[in-house]
Amino acid sequence: MSFVYEKLMGGKKGLIGFIILAALILVIFPLFLDSFRLNLVGKYLTYAFAAVSLVLLWGYGGILSLGQGIFFGLGGYAMAMFLKLEASSPENTAIQSTPGIPDFMDWNQITELPWFWEPFTSFTFTVLAVLIIPAAFAYLIGAAMFKRRVGGVYFAIITQVIAVILTVLIVGQQGLTGGINGITDLRTLNGWDITSDSAKNIFYFVNCILLLAVILASRVILTSKFGRILLAVRDKEDRVRFSGYDVANFKIFVFCFAAMISAIGGAMFTLQVGFMSPSFVGIVPSIEMVIFAAVGGRMSLIGAVYGTLLINFGKTTFSESFPEMWLFLIGGLFIAVVMLFPNGLAGLWDDYGHHITHKLRFITKGVSKLIPQSMLRKVEDTRS
Amino acid sequence: MRKTSTSRLPSIMRRRFVKGLMALPAAILLSNMSLSVSAAEVNTTGLAVTDDTVTVGILHSLTGTMAISETGAQEAEKLAIKQINDMGGILGRQIEIIQEDGASDWPTFAEKSKKLLVKDKVAAVFGAWTSASRKAVLPVFEKENGLLYYPTFYEGLEQSKNVIYTGQEATQQILDGLNWVAKEKEAKTFYLIGSDYIWPRTSMKIARKHIENVLGGKVVGEEYKPLGNTQFGSVINKIRLKKPDVIYAAVVGGSNVAWFKQLKAAGITSKKQTLLTISVTEDEVLGIGGENLEGFYSIMKYFQSQDNENNKAFVKAFKEMWGEDSVIGDVTQAAYLGPWLWKAAVERAGSFDVDKVVAESEKGDIELTTAPEGYVKLHKNHHLWSKARVGQWKKDGQATVVYTSELIEPDPFPAGYQ
Repeated sequence: MSFVYEKLMGGKKGLIGFIILAALILVIFPLFLDSFRLNLVGKYLTYAFAAVSLVLLWGYGGILSLGQGIFFGLGGYAMAMFLKLEASSPENTAIQSTPGIPDFMDWNQITELPWFWEPFTSFTFTVLAVLIIPAAFAYLIGAAMFKRRVGGVYFAIITQVIAVILTVLIVGQQGLTGGINGITDLRTLNGWDITSDSAKNIFYFVNCILLLAVILASRVILTSKFGRILLAVRDKEDRVRFSGYDVANFKIFVFCFAAMISAIGGAMFTLQVGFMSPSFVGIVPSIEMVIFAAVGGRMSLIGAVYGTLLINFGKTTFSESFPEMWLFLIGGLFIAVVMLFPNGLAGLWDDYGHHITHKLRFITKGVSKLIPQSMLRKVEDTRS
Repeated sequence: MRKTSTSRLPSIMRRRFVKGLMALPAAILLSNMSLSVSAAEVNTTGLAVTDDTVTVGILHSLTGTMAISETGAQEAEKLAIKQINDMGGILGRQIEIIQEDGASDWPTFAEKSKKLLVKDKVAAVFGAWTSASRKAVLPVFEKENGLLYYPTFYEGLEQSKNVIYTGQEATQQILDGLNWVAKEKEAKTFYLIGSDYIWPRTSMKIARKHIENVLGGKVVGEEYKPLGNTQFGSVINKIRLKKPDVIYAAVVGGSNVAWFKQLKAAGITSKKQTLLTISVTEDEVLGIGGENLEGFYSIMKYFQSQDNENNKAFVKAFKEMWGEDSVIGDVTQAAYLGPWLWKAAVERAGSFDVDKVVAESEKGDIELTTAPEGYVKLHKNHHLWSKARVGQWKKDGQATVVYTSELIEPDPFPAGYQ
């Protein structure tokens, strides 16, 4: 019990933070938002996967990746390829010169399905691909960089370059990838209409639960010995190395794990929004993801989710109300958050959160009189 | 990638309207009757229509790389809507606008189009520019049964029930221009160059088939550069080597500035070389500088310098509303047609219901005699009958129209060019 409590929840404060987040996204949003807004929140929460991955990578590991969009994109594209193949049945594409292949291939005079598209007819393969392809790609990058002790700014630059290369590749090979348009017009998942409101609601909850699970899994990693070594690597890499640890392997692992998390976000994005485009792979979205994590507080997994929500709510609200000048307002929001709360939204919670927990304890005390002693002991345990 | 054009319907329309009123007192009666039709009768699907207003959406990029191109389109749409309102609106209702920013970002276009249709319940949307943004919003319009007026010349290969295409599809722009240059310049060899995405590639595919199969000419080179590319040195060297009779270009957006400046720097000017482009309008010339492409040709359906009454009125109204310095390119004019085409269809349907408006539009006989580009007619395949025009650029950034085709039937799925 205390293992679960300490490791998974990160103590009382962590538990309260986690419960508030879960209540917010699982109960409050669905109750108070209409289905259009809820679907938007679902979209924002897919970016939160990437933001959470950056907390692990950057906040704890000190590895600043300016290319998380790569993995978000790979996950999203894998899912989009599956959905596109399903949408391109010979009946649906009868007007094409070659029925049965995606429409953009037909426009580009491609007459048969390229070999690497073939396996994406299988849903099982697709799910595995969403997780494994980004992780494998991250392993390649990680092994090449960290084994050679490339780090810091150089690593950040290289991740950016890879993001650019991938974008150019996707845009340039439009017959194979859909080019700058991306992969659009995705309608069904195993025959189930994913554009309906009910499907969007289901995806929203699946997305929330996956996100919460990813946060818990990340906590387990961070509170383990691995997490402490990661912190040590961040703060004094050489000392860790001299102590006999293979620093590169730790970095590679966390980079792969972060890639996998981002990719889940990408796949969920495709399912909820109904298309994937190269505009998620490049530099701008990758940097935006870092901003989400920074605004949330780069040491806080839960803060990353709030950071993502705040920025994206801001984007949507400002751009709807002031279509001509919303970018200035978003810029103002960044500056305000960074100036007022240097540790992000999580820093705000750290500074003022104890007032809330104090009040909660007060309430708990009152409630405790009403509940059996045995349960109370557990509460006391956990508080210690 | 194309934009700019203008036309001035308003004052002309106003004039005709006034004449009509004087000639036929019955018209007054009729228009009074339409005023009295209740919102429930002209709107059975829950759109944002009241007894005196109807709400439409405008969805273009106001920020990001496309803003420079899309500004003209949204200005033209606002002008058209203002003019329609000044004439009494549609079915006695004033048009109100909700504007959203697509931010040059395709997912944002999808989000905003859904917001306009689902939350705001707009009766029609005027918007989208690039093919990518149209592809992103298309599933939304089909799912929510919205109505989009799309202004840009584009690659064709598409015909959605929920979209009216007011620009040219590829064959309307390409075939006549090639015929003209083959005849006028006795061109036999062509060098094709474009930006690397769906529109230039599809256009070049059609151009190549036409050059090889119909004109009996030869394509001596075909080259694509990434969007935003500014290095054309290697292409220019190849062009020097191959000495094509015609350079046929579909370079889009900001790349054009580098492309034409580097051509000029390499000594390739209109004195020795014929260049025909399908992607440069008055808007781009503003950025490129007229002196850098003086004497080269563009194929469009509209040029600001077009000499007719409709266009003079349009250019004047546009400048009055948006400033003396504004230029009007092909797409701006096409965007201007959107609200007028919608008005015509709604009035004939006597309803704002999307299905009824589409059904009227699909009859294939909605005409605009007041279009700045001249006469246009809506084909039952949702595209416009229009003329192709070749313009030769002058130093001042305006073009002289040197060739005008007959009215061309739109054919978004051209047989033999696939």
